[in-house]
Formats: sequence, C-alpha cells, structure tokens
Amino acid sequence: MSLHIENLHANIGDREILRGLNLEIPKGEVHAIMGKNGSGKSTLAKVMAGHPDYEVTKGTVTLDGLALLDLEEPDERARAGLFVAFQYPMEVPGVSIANFIRAARQAALPEDAELDAVEYYQDLYVKMDALKIPRNFTSRAVNEGFSGGEKKRCEILQLAMLAPKYAVLDETDSGLDIDALKIVSDGVNALRSPDRGFLVITHYQRLLDYIVPDVVHVMVNGQIVLSGDKELALKLEAEGYDWVEKETLATA
Amino acid sequence: MSTILMEKDLETGVWPEWFDQSGAIQEYESAPRPTRKDEAWRFANISALDLSQFQAAPAPSNEGRLITASSGLEKFSAKMVFANNTLIHEEAPQLPNEVLFLPLEVAAREHAALFRKYFMAQPVELGSHKFAALHKGKVTSGAFLHVPANTEVALPVEIFHWVEGAHSSVFPHTLIICGENSRVTVVDRFQSADGLKAFACGVNDLHLAPGARLTYVAVQDWSRDSLAFHLNSTIVDAQATSTALTANFGGGFLRGESLSRLVGEGSRSEMYSINPVEGTREIDQRTLQDHLAPNATSDLLYLNALDDASRTIFSGLIKVQPGAHGTDAYQKVRNLILSDEADPNSMPGLEILNDEVRCSHGATNGPISNEELFYLQARGIPRETGCRLIVNGFFNALLQKIADPALRDYLEGLLAKRLVLGGTPQK
Repeated sequence: MSLHIENLHANIGDREILRGLNLEIPKGEVHAIMGKNGSGKSTLAKVMAGHPDYEVTKGTVTLDGLALLDLEEPDERARAGLFVAFQYPMEVPGVSIANFIRAARQAALPEDAELDAVEYYQDLYVKMDALKIPRNFTSRAVNEGFSGGEKKRCEILQLAMLAPKYAVLDETDSGLDIDALKIVSDGVNALRSPDRGFLVITHYQRLLDYIVPDVVHVMVNGQIVLSGDKELALKLEAEGYDWVEKETLATA
Repeated sequence: MSTILMEKDLETGVWPEWFDQSGAIQEYESAPRPTRKDEAWRFANISALDLSQFQAAPAPSNEGRLITASSGLEKFSAKMVFANNTLIHEEAPQLPNEVLFLPLEVAAREHAALFRKYFMAQPVELGSHKFAALHKGKVTSGAFLHVPANTEVALPVEIFHWVEGAHSSVFPHTLIICGENSRVTVVDRFQSADGLKAFACGVNDLHLAPGARLTYVAVQDWSRDSLAFHLNSTIVDAQATSTALTANFGGGFLRGESLSRLVGEGSRSEMYSINPVEGTREIDQRTLQDHLAPNATSDLLYLNALDDASRTIFSGLIKVQPGAHGTDAYQKVRNLILSDEADPNSMPGLEILNDEVRCSHGATNGPISNEELFYLQARGIPRETGCRLIVNGFFNALLQKIADPALRDYLEGLLAKRLVLGGTPQK
C-alpha cells in the first residue's frame, strides 16, 4: 500500500515542469521533498490534486493500487483519499468554514447518507481546539482576511476533519512563526498513523525538526535526484543545494 | 391590455371617498405604454408586459393552509398575512402599544392625516408611473406601520403576501413610517401559494424621520413565470439610517424600481439586492440615489447570478443636488455569469452638481473563479455542489450586512433553500 509516482511528466502551457519524477511513499511513512524555488515542488502537489492548469503528458500516480490520474475531476481524487494542504489556500467569499468542511464531509458519505450535524460540530470543535483555532472561525468565510498562520492552521483542520489516506503538505511552514509552527506540527504529528502516508514539501529544514521524516528527497528540475534520511535535510540546510546540482550534473 | 381593469371592484367601498381610485385608473389608461425607446425601458423585454391574460384574484381557497405556511422568524413582534389582496391573519404578540400596525384601508379611515401625508407621496420617476397608477387604482389592502418617535420595536415585524390561482392579480402594499429616533425591522415576504403564473404590482414606501433606524428586508418568491412590479421609495431624514435588502427569488419578468432620497443632513441609505436568475427569467432593476442634503451617504450593491439564458438589467443613477456637499455615494452591480447564454446589462450612472463629493460607481461581470472551484473540489466536493456553494457565498457575503444575527441566519436559510430548489417552481 503506497502512494506511488512513476515517471511523471507535466506541463503548464508549453513549459515542462515535472520531468520524469519517481517517488513512492509507503503507507505509515512521512517523506519530505526539499528543493529550491522553481524546482517543481508545488507543481507536483497541484498536479496530483488535479489542478486544471497543468497537463500530465506521461507517467502514473497510483494510490493504493488505484490509478489516480484516471480520475479527471479533483473531487474524485480527493474522495479516493488524497489531500493536499496548499501553500496559498484560496479565499472563498461568503462560504463559512463550517459549511465548507461540512460539504466536504457530506461529499465523502454515500449518496443517500445524511451527515449527523451534532456529531459533526462536536468533532469540528474538538479539532479546532486542538489547533487553537477560535470557535468563532466557524462562521468566518473560508480564508477571507485570514493571516498566513490562520490559513495554514485551517488547512490542517481540514486535513484532520477529512482524515485522508495520503496527505501532501505544500510549504505548510511558510508564513508561520515558531508558535504557530509548533501548533501545526503537533496537529500533523497527531495524524501520523500506520494507515496514512505523508509527503511534506518544504524548502526549510526547520519544519523537519518538528515533523520528523522517515525519508528526505531532493528535487531538482522536476526530478527527484537524491534521497536519504533526516541527515540529508541538515546537510542541505548547512551547505545549500549547489553540491546536489553539481553531483547530479556529473552523474547525468 | 386592460382586461383586469374592466372587471368588477373598481369601487370596493373599503376606501374613504377622498381616495380616488377611478382617477388613478384613468391615469393608468391615459399614460402611454412603455417602449424600448424610453431610456427607462432600455433593454427591457416590453412584450412581457402584456396584462391581458391576468384577472382579478378570487377569494383565497384555504386560508388555514396559508396562515400555517406563513411561519417565518422564530421570534417576531407582529405579523400580518395577506392572500389575494385580503388580510387573512394578524397578530401582535410583542408590539409596543403605541405602534400602529394596521391594514392600509383602516389606516386611511382612522389616521387619514398620516395616511395622506405618506401614501405614495413620492412621484414614481423611474419609468413605471403607469403601473404605480394601476396599483393605486386596484389596491384594496396592505400593511401600514407607524412607529412613533423614540419607540423601539425590538423584534422584527413580519408581513406575508400570498397570491393564489392561475393568472390572479395582486397589489401588495407596505407603508412604513418611522418617527424620530425610532427603531424597527420589517420582513416583507411575497409568496406564491401554488407556483402558478400570476401578476403582482406592489408598492413599498419607507419614510424615516430624523435619527430613525429601519431595516427592511423584502423576499420576493413569486412563481418563476409571474410578471411582477415592485416599486419602492425611501425617504431618509437627518441622521437616520435605512438598510433595505431585496432578494428576488422568483418572477419570470420582474421590474424593480428603487428610489432613495436623502433629504436630511447625515442621513444614510443602504440599498442591497440579491438576484439569482435562471431559465429565461428577466430581472430589470432601476435605481436612483438622490442626494439633496449635505454629508449624506448612500451605498448600493446589487448582486446578480445569471444561469441559462436569463437576463438582468441594472440601470442606476447617483444624483448629487447642488446643496449636497460632503456626499458619499457608492453604486455597484456585480454579475456572476454562470452560462454563455446569460445576458447581463448594466448601466451605472452619475450626475453630480456639486464639487465636494465622493462618488464611485461600477459594474463587473465574471464567471465562477476556477481557483475557488478547484479548491472546493480538492476537498472532495463535486463540481456542481461547489458551484452552488460559490454562488451561495457570493450572495451570502451581502447578507452579512444584516446586523441582527437571528434575521441573518433566517435569510441565509432562505437563500440556501432557494439555491437548492433553483429555477424549479416552488409549491
């Protein structure tokens, strides 16, 4: 059981961003992808989620044996068990957090099943409290006027409420101060489980002090060029990415 | 075009002698029919204005059912229910004694001076004076609310107007007079009992004395193929604030005219409208923000969501008279376009006869944001549900202007229900 990406190529317009990416995240593990700006990290997250601006030209993504890219619509992929916490979550004016997450939970149920509203709110409040999100956020419009930290906490709230099989966290640490980083990391760590895989995308090592990965991958030019353990992240932090690029060029 | 006028009940006997309905009918008859050449009817589907198929409304068939169906807010101060131009129910569990909440014809008899001062006191100048005359000629009842000076009505006043029967004609009327520093909220609901095609020609006039605070919400939910006129004027005196929100859920052809006249210094008028349209429905709205006094504010925001081959027309004017320095006036219409065949027409306008003013006006058209939709879908919400949530949110953002949380929740509920039902006729 894994989230398995094989030889993935994807374009935006005429520009190829992902150039034969291979990666496998076994269920129960936390993998991290590090890489410079522009290496294609966020593209990978959006491509898997099914963002309409990107075109997959080659390759497969397999989620516990299911061909994820055969599902055209982003909602089908989400219901298959993939969750992406976005780097820049969208504002949705006039749609409250409570109604948004409720619609998402309802969508996960069989067609004729009705969500239990009381149970839903109890669950929502417990998870909001854990993430130190004030209760009055339930009636606020999704991400509208939220600070960077509030947006990220709200993404993790959605992750907790939807309990996916695999979660991709795209730059979840950006815009967070150290307190917020701890809250968000605690939230993620609480969701670590043998039944769930994580892919944590970041370009700072800092996050990985809090969410300790099993495997660290380095992404350069739309490919995974190097994989290792937590030590690799520390080395990247100390020495930058130039040596990786040189080694990659030398072996290419 | 005049069959409904030739029928019975020209003189119903409910009105005092000085209330000249036959004169009004003559005025209606002699006024020219609108043509598209009139600026006030530009873009309008004039052929929809054929009244020949409509007739006088019969007596309501099942008053009990309509009274039961007239349950709105959980807590209210008073309620009137009209069906086919007849008052069928009234109650006033929480209304202060000094407030007058009366059937219109009773107010005309018992409070003639007040009535004559305020009843249709403003000339109808946005194009439908002919239909205003028809209204005056045919009106038989309505709601009259007078809140005396320094009186606060804590809970909303509710008014229901039902129409029943194929091709019935109704002439709903709501007249609200707010005394100095008074405070009241009124919810006016316009409902079809059976989803059948009907004709409505309604007037609602709001008068605010200095310092008054009025929240007026009209929820129009006629059948989806009805022909309806709703003519409004709002007069706001010094330091008074009117918040008027109209939700147009129904009507096959709806003509709305709304005039706000800011006659006192520091007065404020908020004019909001929510219009989900689909099928071949047409919503035609004309507005005027008339600034006569200094340092007054008007804020107009109209939201249209157009699906299928629906049409909207918005024509608005901000007029700043020479004495109205320090005017702050906003006018904006936003069209959310849900279909390639939808036809939004926006004509925002300004006429400023004074230098020291702040005015802005504009119109925008745009589809549902792909990024917003993607975000909702990425959480597992199917495309269609996501679109509906976004449309709901588009309107919902405006409902947040309603300060009373109970009223806001209630309106959010009505909106959500309307958007689930969509264009299908309600029962």
